Amino acid sequence: MHVPDGFFDAPVSVGAGVVAAAGLGLCLRGARRELDDRTAPLAGLVAAFVFAAQMINFPIGAGTSGHLMGGALAAVLVGPYTGVLCIAVVLLVQILFADGGITAYGINVTLMALVGVLVGYGVFRLVTAVLPTRRSTVTAASFLGAALSVPASALVFVGLFAIGGTTDLSLGAVAAAMVGVHLLIGLGEGLITAVTVGGVAAVRPDLVYGLRDAGRPLEIRKPQTTGA
Amino acid sequence: MSTKRFFAVFLLVAVVVAGLLSFYASSHPDGLTKVAEDKGFISQEKEHTLKDSPLSDYGVRGVGDERLSGGLAGVIGVGLTLAVGGGLFWVLRRRGAPAGRR
Repeated sequence: MHVPDGFFDAPVSVGAGVVAAAGLGLCLRGARRELDDRTAPLAGLVAAFVFAAQMINFPIGAGTSGHLMGGALAAVLVGPYTGVLCIAVVLLVQILFADGGITAYGINVTLMALVGVLVGYGVFRLVTAVLPTRRSTVTAASFLGAALSVPASALVFVGLFAIGGTTDLSLGAVAAAMVGVHLLIGLGEGLITAVTVGGVAAVRPDLVYGLRDAGRPLEIRKPQTTGA
Repeated sequence: MSTKRFFAVFLLVAVVVAGLLSFYASSHPDGLTKVAEDKGFISQEKEHTLKDSPLSDYGVRGVGDERLSGGLAGVIGVGLTLAVGGGLFWVLRRRGAPAGRR
């Protein structure tokens, strides 16, 4: 979903740049609460892993491929603020590989980092709020969040295209094509995210941000006896 | 699994994915590119400012073998991302005790 230079006019590119800058500023503050001596290196590794995984385009039929965006994956593993920063770092490094336009950086951060994490982690949170926080629930919630984050980003792309796309097209047709294709890519996103989160949760559940609430009910009872 | 060992395995997976598996990635256009081709707005795409970057299009310039060039580019990308991300997160972190129970 890397947007190259030229798809959007200057106002939308600048506007998305402002949104991206504000979002990243917020996340730089928020990430402090998520990062410590142990989770900071993990977050660096998660970013590196997302870079690697994004190189794997998987076929979805009709001569089309898709690849991981990684927002939901990073947010569940290291927290939503840090997750946004992970994807923003990946997108920055990818510019050196001529992937994703420079003037489109704000658009790409908005679509893949901000919307990806907001929807991916938001859905994850909704599911884990309803169901008990267990490893199986967290894996399933990761799948759903990740799967929905991709068509959501595609929808926002269409919205931006309506405001300032450089081509005058039937928006209905673009929306149908974008959402249709990205629903399929979302299945791949969900699968890769679920396997990765499930894998980490199997080996080191204590390192999974999304599993932090799992031990809470037991921890809450203890302080009560001390009569704090 | 110790934290150190877990981190080493995680990094190894990323290096293997970027360095070896990436060669087998689908070369079909991705969702957005395909839609842009079908709907006719791919023509608006401008050449990338860094199209002459030594790492352009996930290859290392000067390395002839496609598998080696792509794999090397992938490993360099993993290293760069780890350095930039890890550095940023290390600076941002709260010093001292783990935040596990917060």
